[in-house]
Order: sequence, then structure tokens, then C-alpha cells
Amino acid sequence: MASQPLSGDMRPGPAGAGEPLIQLEGITKVFGTGEAAFKALKGVDLTIDRGDFVAVMGPSGSGKSTTMNILGCLDVPTGGVFRFRGVEVQALNRDQRSLLRRRYLGFVFQGFNLLARTTALENVELPLLYRGEPKKARRAAAERALDQVGLLPWADHTPAELSGGQQQRVAIARALVTEPDVLLADEPTGNLDTERSVEIMQLLTRLNEEGITVLMVTHESEMAEYAKTIVHFRDGLVERIERGHLSGAPLAETSKGTR
Amino acid sequence: MFGMLGATMLLAFREIRRHLLRSFLTTLGIIIGVAAVITMVTLGQGLTADVQEDISGLGSNVFIVFPQSNEPDRPPPPFDDADVRAVERQIPGVTDAAGSVTSSARAFHNGQDWQTSVQGGDPEFFSAQSIDVVEGRGFSDAEVARGDAVCILGPKIVEEIFVEDAVLGEEMRIGNVSCRVVGVIDERSSAIGGGNDANDIVFMPLKTVQRRFLGNTNVQFFVVKYDDAYTPISIQAQLLSLMRERRLIQDGENNNFNIIDTGEINDTVNQVTGAMTAVVSMIAAISLLVGGIGIMNIMLVSVTERTREIGIRLAIGALAREVRLQFLTEAVVLCCFGGLIGILLALGLSIALAGAIDLPFLFNPMLNIVAFVFSAVMGIAFGYYPAHRASKLDPIDALRHE
Repeated sequence: MASQPLSGDMRPGPAGAGEPLIQLEGITKVFGTGEAAFKALKGVDLTIDRGDFVAVMGPSGSGKSTTMNILGCLDVPTGGVFRFRGVEVQALNRDQRSLLRRRYLGFVFQGFNLLARTTALENVELPLLYRGEPKKARRAAAERALDQVGLLPWADHTPAELSGGQQQRVAIARALVTEPDVLLADEPTGNLDTERSVEIMQLLTRLNEEGITVLMVTHESEMAEYAKTIVHFRDGLVERIERGHLSGAPLAETSKGTR
Repeated sequence: MFGMLGATMLLAFREIRRHLLRSFLTTLGIIIGVAAVITMVTLGQGLTADVQEDISGLGSNVFIVFPQSNEPDRPPPPFDDADVRAVERQIPGVTDAAGSVTSSARAFHNGQDWQTSVQGGDPEFFSAQSIDVVEGRGFSDAEVARGDAVCILGPKIVEEIFVEDAVLGEEMRIGNVSCRVVGVIDERSSAIGGGNDANDIVFMPLKTVQRRFLGNTNVQFFVVKYDDAYTPISIQAQLLSLMRERRLIQDGENNNFNIIDTGEINDTVNQVTGAMTAVVSMIAAISLLVGGIGIMNIMLVSVTERTREIGIRLAIGALAREVRLQFLTEAVVLCCFGGLIGILLALGLSIALAGAIDLPFLFNPMLNIVAFVFSAVMGIAFGYYPAHRASKLDPIDALRHE
């Protein structure tokens, strides 16, 4: 399974040397057809550079989740061009997009989405299984990733035996284990209390500092404050982009206070 | 690839263990189907082997010819030595023809006595009927020619009246005839005697029994052994016309004799067991079909239950075929388990039933292998659609699935 027929297409020359990591140009997305057709995205332009920490915000129905699904290569736009590492994703088929996700993307979901009755370690090993890594390498990498999120002592616990915050950290470890270019987090703190949320955001900030590009959807502005770039969505369009945030500033102090 | 498959297998085992009762009930159809087919085929083969062994006791490539009345109240004329010799000389392909007569008498020795049958038969008869002398010797040509009072005993008689004595060379009395024991025959399957014990018998040369017990030169029946190179049909046809001619039967008149082909008995038995096996196999096939649909049903349930899991797997980069392989493996493993349990069940059933109805138990490895492979194929056939459905799920919808 490790042999990837697409590697030629997907590694364009000097891996994205000069160009931005992600480029959205005039992205539209229509759900349904005819009378029932709903235009979720009406022409989104967005460029994200390597190493950025982007928070995507907006009211529900603004198109932020649809954009995230497209950025995560889970969905394809109806129109426009989506370049990821220079590859035009909208032209790829299902399996080609799977390979792209497998190789370059890590996902963190609001609902954690760990496999039930499966230990933390096995959950983290899962993406490597699909990469065809040998068992020993899988185990070592999974343990490293769990260590990164501070959960190595819980490696043998199943999700039911872990708190929400711990589960989300396992999910982050699972996203990290493949050493992805981009970490996509969809409301990663949506199911957590403030203290756990802060822990998760600090973890994401640290990972970003170590070089991973982080894309996060959130509706909590406190969480968005951790990002370097905040993209505001409204009615299927990018309304406003705030660049140059100082990562980790505001809530870090609050959290110090609560401890 | 191997790592993936190994991990997939492991996952399949875990899923099955997680729903042990459900998995067992699901595979019940396959268990019953496989067990039924193997048991019936095994018993059928045991029965066939049993009958074949009995028939080989009659000799292979052998016809048995005996008088049979063609009209009520008119006994058929007996055969005589001349008929037997004519068959041997005139029909090409016949290697041996040997007459026989039977009578019954009481056997006495050393104060013991036992009612038994007496059969006249020369060495040709022994060879045509595949009767082996295991102790002592057969009749010599001189003994046969003179009609000497010598005998070869069945093991049953030895057991009944030679309690602890030596057997060979002993003088004993059979009816009014005093004779010397020269041999003992091998133990034979009891079915040949047609209800009588084939081992409860005294053999003497044909002439001896004809003269001293029956007082005539009739031959009650004779066996005809022929060369493998000739077809039974051609031999039978010639036998028929020769006997009609010798017995002066007019055209259009029925035979006053009968010819039994031991090979034909064999064919009949094969046909019966074959038909039996076919009927049971059909029932088993229906059971397997129902079992397969059960597998498909439960796999569809499993796919629905695990929609979110499938979503996670797809999101982290599983290919459609990898998801398909996972569910297909699960179905195949499930079916293989069913097949394995069915095979073990069949083993127990076959041994028990074979014992109960007194048949030999013949383990047929090929049959068991085929049954197992067939189970696996069922898994692929009925697991494919659910697995395909799983692989076609949209990751976004699957992740949202509650």
C-alpha cells in the first residue's frame, strides 16, 4: 500500500518552494440541484503560507465548515481552483485525495472521533497502518506522538477511559503521527471546558511553533486569538482577514490566573 | 501489503470476538450447510466402500449364474459340470468358470457339534470368489479329481468346535462323512452369506459334496470370471446365448436361469448413494444460501453501525479498496470460522453416525478442504456488497453519522 502511484504528480519539483502552501481561487460550492440548490461558497479567495496558524471564524452557515472540508480534501469545490502544494486538488479523484490526506494532512475533529474500544496507542497507529509502515516503526512513531501530547502513560487506555481533553490530545497525536504539513482542526475545543480548551490551544500553538501549519475552525473568539491569522467568513465569502496576530497572547494569561 | 492484510485480519478477529453470539448465529447457516454436506458425503462414501468390500467378496469381474424358473410351478432344470466346462471353453475372455453346490450338515469334533452349511467348490471357485486360505492349504488337483473327503473350514466353525485343539490335519465328522481338515479360510464380511454368516461354513471339493451329500452331479450355480480386457456386456451376452442354446430355450421363451453381474450391484449402490448425496447436497446448498444471506445482512448492519469509524478511516487517508478489504476480510473470516466449525461438527457427526449404523468412517481430506475453501468463497460472494457499500461512503457524511 505504501507504493503511491501519484507521487510524481504530488511532489511538484522543489516541494512548494516559492509558492504558497494553499491557494483558493474563486472557490464556489453548491449543494443540491435546481430549486433546492444552495450556494454554500460564492467565490472564496484565500492564500495560506507554510507555517501559518489560521483560525477560520464565522456564524454557522457562513461556509467555514464547507471551506474546511475542501481544504481537508474531503470534498471538492463546484468551481474555482484549489492548489495544495501546487497540485490542483479539484481535478483529483477520491483515492488520489485520500493519498493526499494520508501523506500531508492531519485531522482533529470536534467530536474527537477516536475508534471506540481501541487503545490510544492503536488509534494513533492507525494512519501509519494505511501508509504500510512496519509494526515496529508504527509503534515507535505512535509512542513518540503520544509523548508529544503528554499522554504516553495512557497509551493502553481506550477512549472510554480518558477525559474529553485527553481524548482530544490522542486525536491530535493521531494527526501528528504522520508528520503532516497541515493540521486541520474543526472546532477542536468545541466539546471541552475552558481549562482543557486552553491546554489544547497551547498544544496547537507549540506544534505550530515547531513548524506545522495549523488550520482551525472555531466560533470562539478566545480560541481564535491564538492564531496568527484570523479569517472571517460571512454568507459564503471571506469577509475579512486579520493577519499578524501574536500567537498565544491573551488566554495564556487567563490560564495562568486560573492555575 | 502484508502488514495491512495482517492488521485487517486482526481487526476482523477482534470485531467477531466483540459480537461473539451474533457472529455465531450469523454463521449457523454455513455451519449447518457445511456439516450436512460433509457428513452425508462421508457416510455415502462409507456405505459405498462397505458395499464394494462385500461385492469384492463375491469377486470382481464375476458373473454368478443360477437356475431360475421361467414359469410358475415348473422347477428349472439344474446345471451340470458340462455347462460350466462349455462356458469356460467356448466364451472368449472367460478365464475361469467354477460350479458350486451347497448343503447343510452337523459338524462333530471331540464331543463338540455345530450345525453349519457345506459348500462344494474347487480351487477355481475359491479364486473367482476371492476366498483366501490363511492356514494350511487349498484342495489339491488329485483331491478334487477323486472327490476326497478333505475340508477347509470357516473361522466360525473353528471357533465353535475346535475350542483349544489344533485344527490342521484333524479328522472330523460332517453329517455322515468323516473328513480331514486341510485349511482354514480368512474371516469374511457377513453380508455375502445373504443373512447367513459367511464364516460359518465348511468347504469340500465339488465332487465330494455332489456325491456324498447330494447324491447327484448337478451344479446349483456357477461363477464366471473374465478378463478385464472384455466388457461385461459382451461376456453377459455370450453367456446368455450359450446357456439358452444348451438349455434348449426357444426364441420368445423366457430364460430359466439368471445371471447376476457383481459390477451391476456396485453401480446400483453407487446410484443410490449418489442420489442420496445429491438430495442432501441440495438441502445443504439452500442452507448455505440462507447462511450467505445472513452474512450479508449482518455485514450491512455492521457497516451501518460503524459508519463513523469508516468516516475516520477515510478521513485519515484510507483508500476505498482498503475499506472494502477490511469488511471483505471480516466476512471471509466469519465464513471460514463457520466452515471450520461445520467441518468439526461433521467430523463428530460422521464418526458417531458411522458407528451407529455400522459403516466404516472414511476421512476425505479433499472434501474437507473443498468445503473450507467454499466457505471462504461464500464470504467473498456475500461480503462483497456490504464491503463495497462501506467503501463508497462519503467521509464527511460518515463522520457526521450518529
